[in-house]
Amino acid sequence: MADFETPELREYPIIPKLKEGVMEHSKPYVAKVQFQEALGFPGELVDNWEEKALEKLDDLRGRYRSLQVYLDSCVKCGACTDKCHYYLGTSDPKNMPVARQDLLRQVYRRYRTFAGKYFPKLVGAKDLTKDVLDDWYSYFHQCSQCRRCSVYCPYGIDTAEISMAAREIMDTIGVGQKYCNEIIGKAATVGNNLGLPEPALADTLEGLEEEVEEDTGVPVKFPLDQKGAEILLVTPSADFFAEPHVDGLIGYAKVFHEAGVSWTMSSYASEAANFGMFIGSYENMRNLSLRIRKAAEDLGVKRIVFGECGHAWRVAYSFLNTLAGPFDFLDPNYPVPQHICEFTYDLIQKDKLKFDKSENDHMTLTFHDSCNVARASRMGDKAGGQFDIPRAIIRAACNNFVDMPADAIGEATFCCGGGGGLLTDDLMELRVKGAQPRMEAYKRVVEDNGVTNVAAICAICKSQFTKVLPYYGFGMTDIVSVHQLVSEALILSDAPSDDTESNAEAEA
Amino acid sequence: MGTINVGGKELEVDEEGYLSNLADWTPEVAEYMAKDEGQDLTENHWEVINFLREYYEEYQIAPAVRVLTKAIGKKLGKEKGNSKYLYELFPYGPGKQACKYAGLPKPTGCV
Repeated sequence: MADFETPELREYPIIPKLKEGVMEHSKPYVAKVQFQEALGFPGELVDNWEEKALEKLDDLRGRYRSLQVYLDSCVKCGACTDKCHYYLGTSDPKNMPVARQDLLRQVYRRYRTFAGKYFPKLVGAKDLTKDVLDDWYSYFHQCSQCRRCSVYCPYGIDTAEISMAAREIMDTIGVGQKYCNEIIGKAATVGNNLGLPEPALADTLEGLEEEVEEDTGVPVKFPLDQKGAEILLVTPSADFFAEPHVDGLIGYAKVFHEAGVSWTMSSYASEAANFGMFIGSYENMRNLSLRIRKAAEDLGVKRIVFGECGHAWRVAYSFLNTLAGPFDFLDPNYPVPQHICEFTYDLIQKDKLKFDKSENDHMTLTFHDSCNVARASRMGDKAGGQFDIPRAIIRAACNNFVDMPADAIGEATFCCGGGGGLLTDDLMELRVKGAQPRMEAYKRVVEDNGVTNVAAICAICKSQFTKVLPYYGFGMTDIVSVHQLVSEALILSDAPSDDTESNAEAEA
Repeated sequence: MGTINVGGKELEVDEEGYLSNLADWTPEVAEYMAKDEGQDLTENHWEVINFLREYYEEYQIAPAVRVLTKAIGKKLGKEKGNSKYLYELFPYGPGKQACKYAGLPKPTGCV
């Protein structure tokens, strides 16, 4: 399998010495013709690709004022250089955010600025050659679009947007990434990233109903395609499929049950994740968002709630209204859309949920802020709500909670190492190395505070942690869903009394 | 795109070694892939592989982890109906490694 060394975890983070080109070989599989064409991109590298790439760059500069500003405004101050987890974990200087941006900026300068046209060497301008394209493919797939560098940039340059633009340019000339583009194709046809068809989804949910009833004695429902329900839950399809994701889904269902609201999921829009964002494609992102709108209209719901998914929440919170709005058919008394954490937190504030925190006493928790929630969206009606609300939920459900060091949480949070469309086995080396800063911070609280588990609210983070924790000597099951903690501790008011429950257990 | 030679037949596989055509699968394919990864297939491995194939036949997708653990628990005993046991059988992950041996496509998405 993997032929690389897992980075060491040190007591304190150290900025690594540069190792030029050590990650040049890291490239994800290229998308096949049929996956490219299904998304409206050429199947393979087009003949006049240099010209087409520049045309697309111009198109994007025209569409997004931000991109134009980012290309022009970098002063090479160096504030971002040691902020990227992929640079910290790999030592490759092209993983410094400024160097990554320059891969695109050098071409922009060469063809679209006066200085670059006439004095290219003076301003670091470069011709668009096959080597440059190879560098793009390699290093723009070593950015998880987490925006950590943008927090430290005095100009607020967002490398995520530059990476998205670069990927969009590559798709436009026929060089797409297999993982993302195959998935977008499935979401756009079957309705979710897994390609889970309606009968399989229905069967899976039925199984969960049985499991929860066996476990609690309460018939908690997992409704699908129920017309007239008040709430449409849109959640990452990993919640149906994988662990610990599914325990989070069970948590949402218990919260809805306890709140006494009617809710449903949709087999047409059975996916919250929107990989259209990762490849910077407005059209694909919009196409997937419109499925959610259509599902909400067809089912006649009044509210839309999103499950635990980082970049889904970014798309939902920041773009859903312009992509697929206006949502004037929804109840204006609630946020459109609402995060499941906001929903649960609201009930906790109103004292409508009762917890037996001791159910989680075998764990000491910490919380991993997922990048897209932390730096590209918000929760609640106060600044920093996206940090406070998930923590408040954990504290409501658990007795033992400790935060990781301040430079690794909140707006300074480190990516899990698998975000931005990089959660694929062909990038395992990058994923393991990119997880180093997060693992180092986790190790601190494990050793100093006896932390046993880390909770997250993102499907990608959960899968990535499951995979990389063992590389660093931790258990793969250290990672838990926030609503899994809720699920464990929540007291269901219609649960059979203790006596009958223990009888049921004795029988089973 | 590559091929594997099983019992004198060239079968097409993708970059990660998953069969391109579900119909090419025979038990020998599973044995071949397991051997290639240094693994012996016991009867318990076969219970999982056979269940995956049956489920896929009905639903055109691999089963979710809880569907799989429940089914295996029923067949092999409750103490084995959990993902810890499945990881013991398939260290690279039941979802991916077992699917590969069973000739199913690799599960995609945030998993």
